[in-house]
Amino acid sequence: MKLSIDIEKKFSAFSLRFGTTIAGKNTGIFGPSGSGKSTVVKILSGLMQPDRGEITIDGECLFSSTRKINLPPEKRRIAMVFQQALLFPHMSVKSNILYGYKRCADAQRRLNPDALLELLRLQPLLKRGPGNLSGGEKQRVALARAVLANPRLLLMDEPLSALDDTLRFQIIPYLKSVSTEFGIPYLFISHSLVEMQLMADHAIVMEEGLIREETTPEMLARTRMAASRHGYLNLLRISGAEDRNGMFACRWGGNVLLVSENPGTGEALFELSSREIILFKKNPEAISARNLLQCTVTELFRSDTRIGVELTSGGEKLVAEIVPRASEELGITTGSTIFAAIKASSFRRLS
Amino acid sequence: MLLTPEDINAIGLSMKVALTATILSLPFGFAVAWVIVYKAFRGKVLLEVLVNLPLTLPPVVIGYLLLLLLGRNGFIGRMLMESGFPVIFTWKAAVLASATVGFPLLVRSIRLGMESIDPSLVDASRSLGATWQDALFSIILPLSSRGILAGSSLMFARSLGEFGATIIVAGNIPGITQTIPLAIYDYASSPSSTAMALSLCLVSILISVAILILHETVAGKIESGRNR
Repeated sequence: MKLSIDIEKKFSAFSLRFGTTIAGKNTGIFGPSGSGKSTVVKILSGLMQPDRGEITIDGECLFSSTRKINLPPEKRRIAMVFQQALLFPHMSVKSNILYGYKRCADAQRRLNPDALLELLRLQPLLKRGPGNLSGGEKQRVALARAVLANPRLLLMDEPLSALDDTLRFQIIPYLKSVSTEFGIPYLFISHSLVEMQLMADHAIVMEEGLIREETTPEMLARTRMAASRHGYLNLLRISGAEDRNGMFACRWGGNVLLVSENPGTGEALFELSSREIILFKKNPEAISARNLLQCTVTELFRSDTRIGVELTSGGEKLVAEIVPRASEELGITTGSTIFAAIKASSFRRLS
Repeated sequence: MLLTPEDINAIGLSMKVALTATILSLPFGFAVAWVIVYKAFRGKVLLEVLVNLPLTLPPVVIGYLLLLLLGRNGFIGRMLMESGFPVIFTWKAAVLASATVGFPLLVRSIRLGMESIDPSLVDASRSLGATWQDALFSIILPLSSRGILAGSSLMFARSLGEFGATIIVAGNIPGITQTIPLAIYDYASSPSSTAMALSLCLVSILISVAILILHETVAGKIESGRNR
């Protein structure tokens, strides 16, 4: 999928200028609310008309002010998942899911509805009405409905914002697997950096109606480390939890970590702030923190007045945050060995 | 209860006129409500005023204007007459009178129903491949059903009670254009017919109660259908 977009739109108190080419499968648009993300979504889907510019997808022109082309939304084959699920209240879950599929030309029906229902575990919900589904179920139905319209691009406009934290991170694997399994590229719009890190390979940063920069979510998280309230958030996938004196010992790469929150069975996602990691030059032998990892410093980076230290341990990476003075005292350089202490309670379970 | 054959005729005619007026007005009422809710254009206020005018005008005025339009010397009346389809002083004139008077009530209710639909639902349907016509029939129409139902009930009830406009364009001809209100009017002018007038009043009350019960039942069904 190759999407070229170069558009302008003026409102009374706000103007938008958005020009870029998107080629990757998992691209994110990141920015605070009011930065123009949703306007871009509306313009791409054809629900709003830009003042001027051009939009082409895989060589087909969707909009061109000079050539007077403006494809209506139903001809663009760009499906959307919104912040609210927006299920049709007068239809059953099944009719909701098949709404776009039924309106799709036979030649474009590439997906098998049963396989998707299986993947999203929607079979038990089919006969119900949308009125008594939970928030997460609603969003899964909305996702299935959008995907079955066989779009060439899926726009996800803050699809997780209306869900609570636990649900948010339960839905993310579904969003990703649907795109991978069925080969549908997506544009993921969010104001959450963690969501960007989990969902996108490439991030377009918007501010006040303009593209501020194009980068990777990882780079974005690193440069914003010092300014962010929570520092850099390390995302750890851990598995194989075992109860050990009221704490849980789990595998994380080649290491064993002790966490205080129950990770449950199977794989779980935890976050760890870069500010919760204490670095030691030598093995401190006895400390109260329950995790002490021997690490190699693989990279140092600057974020305002702080220094980010990328550590590698057991094949996994962590970012710790220190002030320059500490860096000098510890004599940290790339390649040096260092000990990282982390309290078991510092890990916060996301899913 | 005392009901003469003419009374039964009047009851039948009232129902026929009210039903025909409601059914004929429904598609137009829906279309006008849709235009008012979803379309932005110059002169929208004018359209709204025009639609609501029969609500504020005395029905007699409406009847008189219809008479001018549909009468022998009226523009439309002459055309209808020449094509062998006379309207004036027939039950069809009563339908037209009822439709004109009840139309604003119908449009208002449908419009309220449409305005309560989240516009994003229509956006969602469009992005899923529905043309605007498709969205109109698959999303807007079913989601306005409560408004359509309320509007139809109101309009049907209003048509049953129509008097002023009807007596002018359709007259008060027993067996041909005499509806329940017109028959009661006749009885009321002679002191010996109190019992007859009261019987027809009772019939009116029964029909009104039946409409209200039917409306509540169907509305309840629509509501419970959404909360499965």
